[in-house]
Amino acid sequence: MADILVYALHYEGAINKNSLGAVSEGAALASELGGECHVIVVGGDDLTDDLCASVGNWGATKVYRVNAPEGLAQPVVDAMAKVIGDDGHGYALFGGGLLGFEVGAGLAARLGAGVAMEVTAVRAQDGKLVAERPILGDSAISEIAFRSPVGIIIGRLNAFEAKETGGGPAAVQDVEVELSPHAQQATMIQRGEQRGADVDIEGADVLVAGGRGLGKPEGFELVEELAKAFGGNSAVAATRAVVDAGWYPYAAQIGQTGKTVAPKLYLAAGISGAIQHKVGMQSSENIVAINKDANAPIFEFSDLGVVGDLNKIVPKLTEAIKAKKGS
Amino acid sequence: MKICVLVKEVPDAAVQKRIDSSTGRMDRSGEKNLNPYDTHAIEAAMQIREGGTVEVDEIVAVTMGPESAVRALHKAVSLGADRSVHLTDAALAGSDVAATGYALAQTLKRESPDLVLLGQQSDDGECYTIGAVVAEHLQMPSLTQVIKMDVEPDKLRCERQAEYGYDTVEVRLPAVISVGDAINEPRYPSLKAIMGAKKKQLDTVAAADADIDTSKVGGEYSAAHWLAAKAPPAKAAGTIIEDEDTGETVEKIVAWLDERKLI
Ligand SMILES: Cc1cc2nc3c(=O)[nH]c(=O)nc-3n(C[C@H](O)[C@H](O)[C@H](O)COP(=O)(O)OP(=O)(O)OC[C@H]3O[C@@H](n4cnc5c(N)ncnc54)[C@H](O)[C@@H]3O)c2cc1C
Ligand SMILES: Nc1ncnc2c1ncn2[C@@H]1O[C@H](COP(=O)(O)O)[C@@H](O)[C@H]1O
Repeated sequence: MADILVYALHYEGAINKNSLGAVSEGAALASELGGECHVIVVGGDDLTDDLCASVGNWGATKVYRVNAPEGLAQPVVDAMAKVIGDDGHGYALFGGGLLGFEVGAGLAARLGAGVAMEVTAVRAQDGKLVAERPILGDSAISEIAFRSPVGIIIGRLNAFEAKETGGGPAAVQDVEVELSPHAQQATMIQRGEQRGADVDIEGADVLVAGGRGLGKPEGFELVEELAKAFGGNSAVAATRAVVDAGWYPYAAQIGQTGKTVAPKLYLAAGISGAIQHKVGMQSSENIVAINKDANAPIFEFSDLGVVGDLNKIVPKLTEAIKAKKGS
Repeated sequence: MKICVLVKEVPDAAVQKRIDSSTGRMDRSGEKNLNPYDTHAIEAAMQIREGGTVEVDEIVAVTMGPESAVRALHKAVSLGADRSVHLTDAALAGSDVAATGYALAQTLKRESPDLVLLGQQSDDGECYTIGAVVAEHLQMPSLTQVIKMDVEPDKLRCERQAEYGYDTVEVRLPAVISVGDAINEPRYPSLKAIMGAKKKQLDTVAAADADIDTSKVGGEYSAAHWLAAKAPPAKAAGTIIEDEDTGETVEKIVAWLDERKLI
């Protein structure tokens, strides 16, 4: 009951950073509950003994390794339901991302368990876990507890910090799982396709980010010119909306299913500031937003908000910065 | 092929959202509208019908919600659904995600759909997970955030962005798919369709009609329950500039950046 089971996502032989954050969080919480933090990994041959055991370094004592298709949620639901059924974990914990949401929700349905998602903090209280979940566009935080024997907690991206504890290798246990029929009805054809050029936004000091407000793919020329005017170590970033539309490369995307960045300056043009975008850039040192809608959520977390038409403002700003640099 | 589209009524984007401090639930009074993300799911159903690869017999909009949710169903019908189903019952009020997904799945079982479509997220709930809950109860494969969907008689080829890039997944029917907003550009309803929407069949279903075990739904029984609400840590408000004279605006931005040595 006091043990916590963490799902660790992996890709091409590396464990996801947000999953490692969840392992650290799980280990800290389990020790408060008087239990242990265990990890479950699901996939193929790249789940080597060494890779699995390495999560001990983030505080896990045991790793369940399940050989099943990876990148899809339902096989993981089968695997976690089996392990929890056998060993009686009290909580299942997920780091931020996409798959964890699907797995956690499916598992809640399977086990009749309560689920809290987008969780930013968890605490132990009277031997149970209480999850904090921001709601209403992050204007309030609700605290959620569980009535069910198993509680399912899905973290928000970057909510849990990965901290190496220097713990020794975790014990690796192979588990045979029989997949349910519906978990065998989906097949991964291609995983992790990188659409567009391989640009680097993680190393930049200045990021000029563009969103749907740019209006068309060519709109990115405006933000590219502005980034160029800043010179030095600057780059252009994007939202999922424009990446999905094919306007800009996936490698430049910030957010829940993109990159996490923390530049000295993040300047957004035509970006609404959806939570799934915010989670990838909110640690930036200075946040500037240009948006024509005074009610855009991005102004809630901007240091400087400019209400106006980017088509008028950005070109002039580019000229002014060039002039300033030249002087 | 029969397609069910799950739609939800949400507070209008222009309305300030708030929490009712006595219950901790969202205050759902005020202007409501069809969740904008769900219009992409209806459009996806329409494009399958018009695509011609498969014969679509029926598109049915399904919602769970209070009486007012009928308007969201009318809107869904005006956008192309043939008829609608309204699950409404006092016992369902305050259901959490897992309970809502269970109740919707029970309602969908009455319809035996070949494909269930959802939006990427509800404007107010923002959990993007109802699809996964529904799929588990229906024992169907599922995928969320799908932005491209090619339909064949017995399967779908879906594309979506996940943590490491774009995935292509083949999903056998029947299936539950939530579509991302990049999948299509929803059409506007014609005036005729808006006028006609109220005349289309709308079935009102109570919990008992759908064989919903009321000990598994509603605020009192939901397995995740609300303890308290609190304010987020206070953050200094940023400076706001309203652009009236762009030359001046730009000067102010440059000064602000320069002060922080960002240029
Ligand atoms: C599971 C999941 C994962 C997601 N992952 C990510 C992610 O990793 N990254 C991400 O970014 N999003 C992600 N999203 C999507 C996210 O919810 C938003 O839909 C997206 O961030 C919106 O992008 P946008 O701001 O470019 O577009 P919009 O929300 O459409 O905003 C465009 C903005 O431009 C403004 N505008 C329009 N014209 C002008 C003009 N002329 N001048 C000035 N302003 C103008 C508008 O007022 C508006 O605020 C995810 C969603 C889900 C459900
Ligand atoms: N009460 C409801 N009735 C019908 N469909 C719903 C309901 N709540 C959510 N949905 C569907 O689930 C999708 C995702 O919502 P959510 O998981 O709340 O973000 C929405 O776009 C709808 O298609």
